[in-house]
Parts: sequence; structure tokens; C-alpha cells
Amino acid sequence: MTRKRRRLYMVLAGMCVLGIATALVLTSFRDSLVFFYSPTDLAAKPVAAGRNFRIGGLVKDGSVVKDGVIYHFSVTDLKNEVPVTYKGMLPDLFREGQGVVAEGHLNDSGTFVASNVLAKHDEKYMPPEVAAALKKSGEWRPEASN
Amino acid sequence: MNEIATFFDMGGYAWYVWPSYAISAVVLVALVISSRRRLKLVERALESMEAKRPARPQRKAPAAHAEKEMS
Amino acid sequence: MAIDLHKYANPRRFLAITSAIYPWSLALTVILLAAGLYTGLFVAPPDYQQGETVRIMFVHVPAAWMGLMIYTFMAVASAVGLIWKHPVADLSAKAAAPIGACFTFLSLVTGSLWGEPMWGTWWVWDARLTSMLILLFLYLGYIALWQSFDDPSKASKAAAILALVGVINVPIIKFSVDWWNTLHQPASVATMSGPKIYSSILTPLLIMGLAYTAFFVTLLIIRVRAEILARRLRILQLSELQER
Repeated sequence: MTRKRRRLYMVLAGMCVLGIATALVLTSFRDSLVFFYSPTDLAAKPVAAGRNFRIGGLVKDGSVVKDGVIYHFSVTDLKNEVPVTYKGMLPDLFREGQGVVAEGHLNDSGTFVASNVLAKHDEKYMPPEVAAALKKSGEWRPEASN
Repeated sequence: MNEIATFFDMGGYAWYVWPSYAISAVVLVALVISSRRRLKLVERALESMEAKRPARPQRKAPAAHAEKEMS
Repeated sequence: MAIDLHKYANPRRFLAITSAIYPWSLALTVILLAAGLYTGLFVAPPDYQQGETVRIMFVHVPAAWMGLMIYTFMAVASAVGLIWKHPVADLSAKAAAPIGACFTFLSLVTGSLWGEPMWGTWWVWDARLTSMLILLFLYLGYIALWQSFDDPSKASKAAAILALVGVINVPIIKFSVDWWNTLHQPASVATMSGPKIYSSILTPLLIMGLAYTAFFVTLLIIRVRAEILARRLRILQLSELQER
């Protein structure tokens, strides 16, 4: 009985140490594990022009302009926004008011020149009729999703 | 006929939806087949092993040894 | 021989109980899979944003759930095996590993097939996708560890420690979408404020989740049985060598 108890305590202690160590490592790596920066992150910690990174947020309503093969739009987190230009194919889910993650760099005038644009969708799933009914009744709150 | 074609077209995403279902089916069926084959193999080996040595005087509960076949 | 009888006592009861459960779990798997596939492919509506690709969710999300659940099961079984030396516990963890690896693999592949049309990419190194890939490697490492020892008691101990160390990855996967900015969207079903999926899409998802769980139980019964019999075979072979 005592040997079993000792093994139990050893396993429990091992798991505790492991959990604490992992928590410490993850906290210290928190910033470098970031997949993208929001426009607010960028305003707080500016990134040098020409350096590659990702920017994420919502495509601002009414901001998408197609100029030949080049798209212009703004990425917003409802506090700050960054103008983006992109030349290429947009994913099927790319639309105004929806999440987006763009890879690229800032140019000297502060515009984000994207080399790749990915769509990010939210965690909600519903049939089109339900979405239409929600929009009609004014229950639609897309900003609550982010 | 048209309805069937629409169903298989998956709104133009057929090449993403159907491979997802297909690979799930293939992997899970392969797992079932390999698991059952291993069980059969072990059962057969154990049977021939025990057939070779029927008399086991030291053993206390030989009757309880036989288990039901699973298939 | 007395030691052998002690070792046989539990596995034998285990085999008796599981062979009674087996036909029921098999029937349940077939019924739930049929119901899940029917509601998922024929009844569920397309999503308002993602259209028909939402049907990939019915094989993608349950596979990911199983990947996490089976690893947690293996960690618990490994702890029981390590602490109480329960002979069936180690063998259950060993038998479950390939099933969990397959489900994790499926969640990665179906996720890739879903990501390409919707996100615009097959793969990104965000926290969710990367931690899920690490889970697959943990499964493969666990399986490899069992095979790299000749002595099963040493193998079970080493593999159990890996299972326990690796289980720390399970909450990381679950909360990765909340802790970090990821391309993968946050949780839709297990959230504090309830599911974010409309019922007609949620129902097939939950049925498929239950179907995969029943599938796991059914297959686990077969695989643990094979492991128990293989161990018995090994003991008989060793004792035969000694008698010579």
C-alpha cells in the first residue's frame, strides 16, 4: 500500500512540476507565438517598413476597392485600422466585415503591402435563412464575435 | 437526375468535401481490418500453443480459460 | 504459477465484460454513423458563409475531439498502470494509441481540405494547427517507444511516462485559440456561453461525435483483447522455453 501511495505522489508531483514548467515557458513565449498583429498592436509597437509580418482583423465595411488586379482595403479591429494593398487571388471567404489575415510588409507611406491574404472566419455556423432573419430583426451583432 | 448532380457538386466544393469523407472512411476501415486481423492471428497462435500442451497439472482453473469467440 | 493467476484474474474479468458489451457498441456505432452521415449530408443546411464546405466539419471536428479524448484516456490509463500496476491499464493505453493517431491524422487532413477553399491555405503554423501536429507526433512517439523495448514491462513504463508528459499538450490545444492570435477560429461547441452553431448544423455534428466515440469503444475492445491474448501467448512461450 505504501509503495503504491509513493508512486501516486511521485506521479502527481511530476505532473505539477511539468505543468508549472510548461506554464512558465508558454508565458515567456507568449509574444513570439503570435500568429498575427492587430492594427492596435501595430499602433502600440510600430514595425519597421520592409519587415515581414502578419496583420489580422476585420475587412472594414465599404473599404474594398478593386483597381484592375490590385485590391485596396482596410484592416480594422474597430479601434485602429491599417490600409492594405494586395495583388492576387483572394480566398472565397474574403468579404467586407469578415476576418482576414494578411502577410506582407509596410511600405514607407504606412500602407501594408500584402503578399498573401487568408480569410479568418468566426466560430458561428448557421443556415442562410437564419442569418437573414437575424439581420432583419436587428439581432445581428458581428462585432461581438471578435 | 439534376438533384443528384447538385448533391455531388457540393456547391462547387466537391473536390474538398468528398475527399474529406473518403479519407476518413479509408483510414477508419483500414484500422478496423488491421485490428481484427491481429486479433485473429493472436487467437490462432494461442489456440495452437494450448493444443500442443493439453495437460497442465499445476493450473488451478482450466475450465475458465476458454473465452467466447469474437467476430 | 501463483503470480500468473494473479495477473490473469483481472484481464479475464475484463474480457468477459467487454465481450458482453461488444455487440451493443458495434450496433450503436453502425446506427450512429448512419444517422450522422444522413443528417450531415442530406438534412443539414449549408452555412451562410461557408456554404457546402461546412459538411467537412462533420468529419473534421469529431476526429479532432477523438484525438484529444483518446490521448487523455491513454494518460489516465498510463497513470493507473504506473501507480497501481493494473495489467489491463497499460495494455488499454497501448491499444488505444493507433486509434488516436488515426483520428488526429484525419483531423489534420480534413482540416487542410477545409482550409484551402475557405482560408485560402492548406496549412499555417498557427498555435492550434501546430499543437495538433505535435499531438500526432506524441502518438507516433508513444507507439515507437512500445516497439523499441524487448521487455514489455520496461516499454510500458517508458511509454506511460511519455503519455503523462504529453498530456500537457491537450489543454494547450483546447485553449490555443483563446491564448494566442490564430487563423483557426475560437471554440464553437464547448464555450462558456453555449454552442455557437445553429441546431440544424449542431445536431449532425454531435451525432458524429457520438458515432466516433462508439467506434472507438468497439475498436478498443478488439484491440485490448488482442493485446491481452498476445501477452498470454508470450507468457506461455516463455514458460515453454523454461521447461525445456
